[in-house]
Amino acid sequence: MSEKPVVLEVSHLKKYFKAGANAVLKAVDDVTFNIHEGETLGLVGESGCGKTTCGRTCIALYDKTDGMVKYKGQDVHTLKGKELKAFRKDAQMIFQDPYASLNPRMTVADIIAEGIDIHGLAANHKERTEKVYHYLDLVGLNKEHANRFVHEFSGGQRQRIGIARALAVEPKFIMCDEPISALDVSIQAQIVNLLIRLQKDMGLTYLFVAHDLSMVKHISDRIAVMYLGVVAELTTSAELYDHPLHPYTQALLSAIPIPDPEIERKRSANRIKLEGDVPSPINPPAGCRFKGRCKYATELCDKQVPELKEVSPGHFVACHLY
Amino acid sequence: MENILEVKDLRVSYHTYAGEVQSVRGVSFNVERGEALAIVGESGCGKSVTVRAVMGLIKGPTGEVKPGSSILYNGEEILNYNKKQWSAYRGAEAAIIFQDALTALNPTMTVGKQIAENLIIHKNLNKQEALAEATEMLRVVGIPEPEKRVKQYPHEFSGGMRQRVMIAIAFACDPKLLIADEPTTALDVTIQAQILDVISDLQKQHGTSVILITHDLGVVANIAKHIVVMYSGMIIEKGLCEEIFYQPKHPYTWSLLNAVPRLDLENKQDLVAIEGTPPDLIAPPKGCPFSTRCKYCMNICNERMPEFTSFGGEHKAACWLHHPMAANSIKESGLEFPFELGGVENE
Ligand SMILES: Nc1ncnc2c1ncn2[C@@H]1O[C@H](COP(=O)(O)OP(=O)(O)OP(=O)(O)O)[C@@H](O)[C@H]1O
Ligand SMILES: Nc1ncnc2c1ncn2[C@@H]1O[C@H](COP(=O)(O)OP(=O)(O)OP(=O)(O)O)[C@@H](O)[C@H]1O
Ligand code: SF4
Ligand SMILES: [Mg+2]
Ligand SMILES: [Mg+2]
Repeated sequence: MSEKPVVLEVSHLKKYFKAGANAVLKAVDDVTFNIHEGETLGLVGESGCGKTTCGRTCIALYDKTDGMVKYKGQDVHTLKGKELKAFRKDAQMIFQDPYASLNPRMTVADIIAEGIDIHGLAANHKERTEKVYHYLDLVGLNKEHANRFVHEFSGGQRQRIGIARALAVEPKFIMCDEPISALDVSIQAQIVNLLIRLQKDMGLTYLFVAHDLSMVKHISDRIAVMYLGVVAELTTSAELYDHPLHPYTQALLSAIPIPDPEIERKRSANRIKLEGDVPSPINPPAGCRFKGRCKYATELCDKQVPELKEVSPGHFVACHLY
Repeated sequence: MENILEVKDLRVSYHTYAGEVQSVRGVSFNVERGEALAIVGESGCGKSVTVRAVMGLIKGPTGEVKPGSSILYNGEEILNYNKKQWSAYRGAEAAIIFQDALTALNPTMTVGKQIAENLIIHKNLNKQEALAEATEMLRVVGIPEPEKRVKQYPHEFSGGMRQRVMIAIAFACDPKLLIADEPTTALDVTIQAQILDVISDLQKQHGTSVILITHDLGVVANIAKHIVVMYSGMIIEKGLCEEIFYQPKHPYTWSLLNAVPRLDLENKQDLVAIEGTPPDLIAPPKGCPFSTRCKYCMNICNERMPEFTSFGGEHKAACWLHHPMAANSIKESGLEFPFELGGVENE
């Protein structure tokens, strides 16, 4: 994978929000990773840890507070005019909520063709319609669906419409923000299979955000585990599963129930239990942000922020144990 | 073993402008005393409506428990209860934890008062005693600094802590039957593991009988003794936990188990997707409810509802594939099956 060129380069990215008069909410606080062409990077972590904020800042939907995001070598936050428009076409997003993210007053055809119109990708009306049919077909819907409205579709079908809309502008990079979380298990598999097939056929690059580690492991080449605005661990998905190093990653993996009673019975005895909740990002703990829930925490963890270190080739971890 | 709850041919409908929504269409199952039963199935298949009926929470004029339905609690028909009997039953005998703790809790009342309320009604404690007991309950469900927390309001709690408060309320009066309707669906996995531990510890200590609802089979692997799989308002398979996981007999159960990626599986392999969506409950199909999505569907499946085939013990599945008459047509089809076909002779 690493021979492929880097598409997205994120270094020391920070994104803070104002929270009241004097408080600052550090949603993303020093995040670094690369994504290579044709690769899927999974971004996991508990609710509120900053996954969505990070993804949106990467595709310049949010301004950054500090750090740098480069798309094919260009700083995405300084793009203007033509270059910005080209980036907006190259980098698309699929949303978590298939109910709220599609305009209820537009037909499916108009939703899908919106980007085609903006970027002038169809020469005439006939070509526009052909393109709409093509993308409907690609995501497993059909022509008959084109003139209907969103409320007539199920959650899984709406997510397919959202994917067709993103694909219609011929993007290179898609940030998928929990595209399956709102869907039933039987429908999740449909969408994940579709995303994997599209990636293979079209050479797409994905940033795949989710809190369900088993689905992320399945779809990703590499995974970044986030905790309270920082990257705790980053490596290939096989390595993350076989040799999790960060105590948080270990707890996260151990908490995922496996649908097998015998295995679960054995696992539950040795389960790594995490006490307490994620602290507030408004006044994140000094030193290591995980220390309050970590059973290995030492004095050093209180005082010093652990840097993200490469402990074996391609395996990065931010923990004083290593 | 003796049953604390026996649900027989339960039918529940909602009368809406669009027509009669047949949410639950003839559901039968038993809950053994002191054991946990899991109800599994996808969104809209009737899990919540089923347990709402068990709690007496199906309200007219739109909601209707159909005549012929029966729910026996300790052998007594609860569907005939009057208002007074229902309120004695709720809280003291049976309690429910709802999926969404934030909307189920009263935002204007401290959590201490909300736990104490039931204790005052059902256990005849005075206010002070009840508050002391409430503090103790918060400690039991693992909330740090319970003395301070008991005086706080729900919005001051995180999602996982609110769900613990719901558990504290449900367990306060030591119910014999606890119903947990997707208690962890809205929570992160690490918190989910904590909550499931609390429920399972309390169950063991108090000998409580539990109905646990979920759409994630992984969640129940280590908790449930029996599993009921629902689809479009009906039970399509039921049996012991091991039977459902290791010998699923219904194509839907089998697909459900294989639709989730296992951590030990190869990456980017095709998952077993179930194409299509569940049927509309206003006009459910006359044959097998799964027929529109089933890749083994035969002619008979579209025409007639399959009956339960028995696989020994309590293990049953409603699918035509297991009917002796289907054997020939299956052989001709040349299809391969991920499970063994055919049941055992009726006991
Ligand atoms: N526009 C905003 N203004 C202020 N605060 C925000 C904004 N967006 C997010 N936040 C805060 O930033 C933090 C990170 O939020 P974010 O949505 O990125 O988390 P997430 O990891 O995507 O969580 P989830 O899994 O729940 O989607 C949270 O504390 C959130 O409340
Ligand atoms: N108050 C109501 N009025 C009309 N229809 C209802 C009502 N409550 C439930 N239904 C319908 O009954 C069916 C079963 O709903 P139920 O809430 O039991 O599903 P569920 O299995 O609990 O799903 P979920 O996993 O989404 O909670 C659904 O089709 C639903 O739309
Ligand atoms: S009865 Fe027919 S349609 Fe229904 S699950 Fe069995 S084979 Fe499939
Ligand atoms: Mg998010
Ligand atoms: Mg429900």
